[in-house]
Amino acid sequence: MGTDPMAEIRAGFFAECEDLLQSLQDALSAMDEGAGDAETVNTAFRAVHSIKGGAAAFGLERLVGFSHRCETVLDDLRTGRLAPSREVASLFLQAADLLADHVRAAQEGGEVPAGETLLARIEALTGAQPVNAEPPIDFSPSLIALDFASEDDCSADAAEIGGRGWLIRLAPREGLYRSGNEALHLLRALTTLGRTGIRCKVPPDLALTEDAAEVPRLVWTIHLVGDVERAEIDDLFDFVEDVCDITIEPGPAELASERLPPEPPPAPVLAFPGPHHDRSGLPEPPSSAAGLRPEPAAPEPGAVTLRVDLEKIDRLVNLVGELVINQAMLSQSVGAAGLANPEVTTGLEAFMTLTRDLQDSVMSVRAQPVRPLFQRMARIVREASAATGKSVRLRTEGEGTEVDRTVIERLADPLTHMIRNAVDHGIETPEARCAAGKPSQGVITLSAFHRSGRIIIEVADDGAGIDHAKVQRVATARGLVAPDAALSEAEISNLLFLPGFSTAGSVSALSGRGVGMDVVKSAIAAIGGRISVSSLRGQGTTLSVSLPLTLAVLDGMVIGAAGQTFVVPLSGILETAALAPEAIRRVGPRGELLQIRGEVVPLVDLASHLGFRAPDGNARGGIVLLTARDDGGRIALVVDTIMEQRQVVIKGLGALLGPVPGVAAATILGDGKIALILDPADLAPAARSGPVPPTALAG
Amino acid sequence: MSHDSLADVELLSFRLGEQEFCVEVASVREIRGWTPATPLPFAPSHVKGVINLRGTILPVLDLSLRLGMEGIADGERKVIVVVQLNGVSAGLMVDAVSDILTIPAAQLQPLPELGDDIPGCIRALTLLEGQLVRVLNLSAIMPPGGSRAA
Repeated sequence: MGTDPMAEIRAGFFAECEDLLQSLQDALSAMDEGAGDAETVNTAFRAVHSIKGGAAAFGLERLVGFSHRCETVLDDLRTGRLAPSREVASLFLQAADLLADHVRAAQEGGEVPAGETLLARIEALTGAQPVNAEPPIDFSPSLIALDFASEDDCSADAAEIGGRGWLIRLAPREGLYRSGNEALHLLRALTTLGRTGIRCKVPPDLALTEDAAEVPRLVWTIHLVGDVERAEIDDLFDFVEDVCDITIEPGPAELASERLPPEPPPAPVLAFPGPHHDRSGLPEPPSSAAGLRPEPAAPEPGAVTLRVDLEKIDRLVNLVGELVINQAMLSQSVGAAGLANPEVTTGLEAFMTLTRDLQDSVMSVRAQPVRPLFQRMARIVREASAATGKSVRLRTEGEGTEVDRTVIERLADPLTHMIRNAVDHGIETPEARCAAGKPSQGVITLSAFHRSGRIIIEVADDGAGIDHAKVQRVATARGLVAPDAALSEAEISNLLFLPGFSTAGSVSALSGRGVGMDVVKSAIAAIGGRISVSSLRGQGTTLSVSLPLTLAVLDGMVIGAAGQTFVVPLSGILETAALAPEAIRRVGPRGELLQIRGEVVPLVDLASHLGFRAPDGNARGGIVLLTARDDGGRIALVVDTIMEQRQVVIKGLGALLGPVPGVAAATILGDGKIALILDPADLAPAARSGPVPPTALAG
Repeated sequence: MSHDSLADVELLSFRLGEQEFCVEVASVREIRGWTPATPLPFAPSHVKGVINLRGTILPVLDLSLRLGMEGIADGERKVIVVVQLNGVSAGLMVDAVSDILTIPAAQLQPLPELGDDIPGCIRALTLLEGQLVRVLNLSAIMPPGGSRAA
C-alpha cells in the first residue's frame, strides 16, 4: 500500500475531501441560519470547486459531473445572480449530503446515489430567479480593442466554412505554478481544439531571477479558429480559473495569417478594456496588469494543521502511558531504597508533573471536536424528517467540545439511533404540534459539554414527551413488568432501555423495530458511558449520555481480593460500605442477598466468584462495593481491601485470549505488576442466566 | 520456497521435563527470565496468566500442560520463550533453553500416528545425535482467541 505513490495521493485527496465537505457543511449551515455574506458563499463555492478539481485529476468523472453542476449554481450565488435564502441553503445542504455520498462512492466503490431530482431543483433555482440587475457582468457582444479584420477581413466567411473564432486572453496569477498547473499545457491543449495563433506579452521589466520564478508575469493572447464551442474552451480552463484571469470572447473566424497583429505600443491594450465576461467571476478592475495583481484571498487561512497517521499517535499515547507507569515505579523504588532526600523528592515531583503534562498533551492530540459527528446528525435529521413528513430542525451546541477520537467513532451509531428516535417518536406531526399550540417545526437540540470530568452529550426534543402510562401498559403487555407494579416515572422511563421494547404503534421504516434503545444503551456502555432519560409531558424528552474523556485512561478504584489486585472502574461504583453480617440474607443453598436501605441486592464474593478462593463465608473480606449493572440492577461485590483511587492506562489482554468473563481489560500498576480491570456488569451471577429487569427487585 | 526440502531450518530447542522440543527461530521474539504471572479467572489450566512485557500484556502458557503433560512447577529458574505467530504473541514457559539447531528440512519427519489427545501440536520429529527433537506447531498451540476453548 505504502509503496504506491498514486494510492497515497489518492488517499490524501479523500482526506482533503472530508475537510472540504466539512467546511461546505459549515458554510451552508451558516447560510441556513441566515448568514448570506460573500465569504460564506465563497467558502461553499471553493469547497465544491476544490473537490471537483481533485476529482478530475483522478478521473472520477461522476464526482466531477455532480460537483460541477452544484458549482455552477453556487457560482450564481457567488456572483449575486441568485440570492442566498433558507430554501437555497436547505437544497444545498441536501446536495452536500449527496456530494458526500459521491465522494464515498468514488473512494470505496459502490452505488452512486441518484441525485437527478435534487440537481434539477437546484438548477431550477437559477432559472426561476430573474437575473439580478446589480452584477456588472454583461454578456452582450461588444467591440474589442484589437482589430484583426483590418489585416485579414475574412470574418464574413466564417459561417460558410463552418468555423468560429475565439479570442482568449490568459493571464496567470500568482498561485498557478504552486497549484501544479503550467501555462504551456493549457496552450498545448488549446492547439488541439483548432488552429491557433498565440502571442505572448512580455513585460518590459521581466527579471528572470529565482525568487520571482513562481510569479507568472507573462500574458498570452490566443486566437483560436475552428469548430469549437465555448464550453469546450471553458472546460480546458476549468481548473485554473482560480489562478488565472481568463477572458474568452468571440473573434474573427480566420487567423491573421497564422499570427496575431503586432502589439500596439500602449501596454494596456492587451487587457481588453470594456465589458467582458470574466471567468474568474469576481468583478475586478479590467486594466490591472498580470503580475501586479494582488494575490486573491488565500483559501487556507487560519490554523496550520498536519495530517498524521493515527497509528503513530496511538503509539505515542502508549509510550506516554508507559512513561507514566515508569515514573510511578521510579518514585516507588526511590522511596523503598530510602533515597528520598528533599532534592530527589523535588526532582521526582517535577518529573511527575512533566509526565502528566505530556500525557495530557498527547491525549489532546487524539481529542477531536464533535462537530463532524454533529454534522452527520444534521443529515440524519433531514432524512428522518423527510421520511416521516415532519418538519424538524436540528440545533447544535458545543460542537467544539473535544472527545477522544475512538469515542467519536463509536458514538456515531448510537447517536444516529437516538436522533432518529427523537424525530420518529419524540417530535409530533405538524398538525398535532399546532393543536398543542407549538410551532409546527420541531426542534431537536444536540449539545455537548463537560461536566465533572466526563463528557455529556444530550439529545433533547421539544416533542410530546414520554407517555408514562402507555409505556407501562406496553411493558406489562410484553411481560417486562408485573401488572400491578407501582413504578415511578423515572423507573418507567428506564423501561425504554429494556431489550425488545418499542412503543411505536406501527413499525416505521426509521425506527420502531424494537432494536432501539437497548442497543443504544449497550453501545454506550461499551465505551464506558451511561445513558439516562428525562421527560416532561408535552414539553419534550432529553436523552443524556455521559462519557469518559478517553478510552485510553480510566478512573478506577484499586482493590485487593485473595492476594490479587484488581481495578474497578469508578463509574460503575455507586457506593462502598462495610459488610455487616446481619445484613446478609440467604436464599437457597448458596444464594446470598445483601439488604441495604430497604432493598436487597445480590451479594457476590469477588475472590471466589473469579475462582481465586474457595467459597467460604468466613474467609472473605469485609468491604462491599455496590456496583451498577447496565440494566439498572445492582450487585454488591465483596472485596478484601480498598487500596487507592487512581487513573490507570487501559491495555488489552492480547489476541491469544478470548473475552474473559468479568474482565474488561488490564493495566500495569506503579510497581510494574498487572492488575485486571473488572467489568462489574459482567460479574453478576445473573449475567449468565439472562438479565433480570430492575423491576424484579423493585416490585 | 520451492527448495524447501533442500533448505536448512533454524530451530530453538528447549527442555520440558525429560523431553526436548523446539520452535522455529523465526517465530521467537525473545527469551526472558521467569516473572510471576497475574492469574486470569475462568482460564484453562495451561494459561498461567499475563505478564508485563515492557508495557504490553503478554499471556503466558504452561507449555507442558498445553501439551497434555504434567505441569511444570513455577520457579525462578524457569524460562519464558516469547513467540509471535500471525500477530498473536504469547510466552511459553519452559524448563530451560538448550540450543539453536540448524537442521536440513529433509531430515524432519512427520509425526507418526500416536493416538495422542493433543493432535497437531507437534509438527515433526528429528533425531539429533541420538536425541529425539520434537518440532512444535505453534498455530495449533496458540490459536487466536481460542485458547480458552482449548
